[in-house]
Amino acid sequence: MSTFLGMPAHAPRGVGQLRGDEPFPAAARTALANPQLRRNLQHATTTIRGKSGRVIAEVPDWQELRSAGSALKAYTMANLPQLLEQLEEKVTAAGGVVHWAADANEANRIVTELVRATGEQRVIKVKSMATQEIGLNEALEAAGITPVETDLAELIVQLGHDKPSHILVPAIHRNRSEIREIFLREMPGVDPALTDDPPELAGAARRYLRETFLSTRVAVSGANFAIADTGTLAVVESEGNGRMCLTLPDTLITVMGIEKVVPSWPDLEVFLQLLPRASTGERMNPYTSMWTGVTPGDGPQNFHLVLLDNGRTAVLADEVGRQALHCIRCSACLNVCPVYERTGGHAYGSVYPGPIGAVLSPQLTGVEDNASLPYASSLCGACFDACPVKIDIPSILVHLRNQAPHPRSEKAAMAAAAYTMDRPRLYERAQRAVRFSKLLGKRGRGLPPPLNGWAASRDLPDPPAESFRDWWRGR
Amino acid sequence: MRIALFATCLADTMFPAAAKATVQLLERLGHEVVFPEAQTCCGQMHINTGYQQEALPLVRRYVRTFEPCDVVVAPSGSCVGSIRHQHATVARQAGDEGLASRAEAVAGRTYELSELLVDVLKVEDVGAYYPHRVTYHPTCHSLRVLRVGDRPLRLLRQVRGLDLVELPAAEQCCGFGGTFAVKNADTSTAMLADKMRHVLDTGADVCTAGDASCLMHIGGGLSRLRTGVRTVHLAEILASTEAPS
Ligand code: SF4
Repeated sequence: MSTFLGMPAHAPRGVGQLRGDEPFPAAARTALANPQLRRNLQHATTTIRGKSGRVIAEVPDWQELRSAGSALKAYTMANLPQLLEQLEEKVTAAGGVVHWAADANEANRIVTELVRATGEQRVIKVKSMATQEIGLNEALEAAGITPVETDLAELIVQLGHDKPSHILVPAIHRNRSEIREIFLREMPGVDPALTDDPPELAGAARRYLRETFLSTRVAVSGANFAIADTGTLAVVESEGNGRMCLTLPDTLITVMGIEKVVPSWPDLEVFLQLLPRASTGERMNPYTSMWTGVTPGDGPQNFHLVLLDNGRTAVLADEVGRQALHCIRCSACLNVCPVYERTGGHAYGSVYPGPIGAVLSPQLTGVEDNASLPYASSLCGACFDACPVKIDIPSILVHLRNQAPHPRSEKAAMAAAAYTMDRPRLYERAQRAVRFSKLLGKRGRGLPPPLNGWAASRDLPDPPAESFRDWWRGR
Repeated sequence: MRIALFATCLADTMFPAAAKATVQLLERLGHEVVFPEAQTCCGQMHINTGYQQEALPLVRRYVRTFEPCDVVVAPSGSCVGSIRHQHATVARQAGDEGLASRAEAVAGRTYELSELLVDVLKVEDVGAYYPHRVTYHPTCHSLRVLRVGDRPLRLLRQVRGLDLVELPAAEQCCGFGGTFAVKNADTSTAMLADKMRHVLDTGADVCTAGDASCLMHIGGGLSRLRTGVRTVHLAEILASTEAPS
């Protein structure tokens, strides 16, 4: 693990997609005003919630499974260096080559050089959060290599020169007529008579993708799991495009966050039950592809595994925050989140949106670079209840808020409030001041910023004639 | 039983009716209520906004004030949630292991009102009379931090004259979230809009909950839109009787 010696670094700036252009409240305001987005999100999240809830209810030991998943992840994080070395050993023994990438720049360089060495100009990709996190597509394009996303929704996002807005449903913000327009404009060889009928749209994508699968010799994937004691990689997906990418090309390059390792084969039994039910509301995911190194005469003959840190070791160093590395990217927390349901994913500015994004992105980048994200939650706790590996997201949010840089005026107000609250006599004087104050204006409309955010849509109650403690003393 | 009241700073200052009702209800049920005057605030707002260091004296104050009491009640799910799930953590983060274990002990004796009534005092019919159409918003921290479950509903079902109507999508957050309502005012308002729509759909004239803060939020929206629907704390409904007190 010599690559990781020294103080754990955060994900570097200027590469990849972990930082937004504007703070969450501003980005959210834009999203809230988009009626199409609001309707799509509301419909999609409600549908997935219902479906997922029904299939979870079928599993009598769901809570035990969650606990098992949580315990397995905690064990993995506690033994991460050893497990990664074991994984490296097993993958190498099975004919694969393992690369260690300290950050996004290093990972992009490794993958670009590997593709260059094959002499190919195009790679097919199966949906992967890690490669989006590091901005691999942009790096490949800069090197003259064309990446083609093969997951339908990712393809729509890529052709639309857009950004994904949901972990599992990246094009959740698009409707079918928008998709038709994107295909007509951007898809090579598309039938100009294409309508916005969903089966027709899927057919057009299929024709385009089949040709691409058959004529591309290098693929890039992510990984859902990597099994340390066998060196096996696993990708789960729903469309079969992953299966194509993982079996047809000569060369397969897998980029995987170091937290994706699991100790041993039987551990998948837990995660493969948890993941589909929590994410898509399916009992079993349609395609589970697993491979161990290289099998002569069958599948890719060159296999490279890139192990990506990019801030993860720094997350691991935080006792409370490290739970965020337990995430299996099911997106259940997004689907139950009342904030996400209204703002969508782009407002989070990172490839990781929703509650998990609000705790993961700031930790990967350092909280100063994503200071508004830990506050992008009402702490309602729905995410914690939904998470199949029991990540206590609200507690991590509160923990990160404590590390976040605070506006100076807020800091002063909070210190003054705490000072007052710790001195009952002063506190009582403040209570009277509230009562007699005309500062608030009628129903709070005279409040100064930032409190006017409250008064924009909500009245403040009129102060009571006497405080409770005055009443108590007087009775 | 001798019960110490933690009024919460919000109810003490802005919503004394909720704290008064808690006293009247418990006394009517034959219990003695005490109000330790050294109490102020549990520190929840500071903790949840990222000011744990500033919250530490407030945690210490709560623990010191209520340590001598056998049972403490607060008319707020979120304050009790903070006391139970955050106080010890704040103390521990500050390296004060002694305070942490004392905080855990006091938290173990601190109850939200519906918990106290149903679990400790073993009463569901408190003899209340409240002739209104009422809908109940469960509030996130009562629901998901304290897990009070249907205790408030069981209490409300026994109230004579009360027409209880189910709130659609009741478990969705109202959008308050403490300083979230100010820092993310737009998103908070979008959440509130849906909550108000559901409240209005019930045709209720009163929306109740076990937390003055959520009620201040929902009530602030309902008032701004001049809906004519009121918010009333659960304690006030349970304290109401046929004979005006
Ligand atoms: S945090 Fe939990 S619920 Fe959210 S995506 Fe990760 S595993 Fe799923």
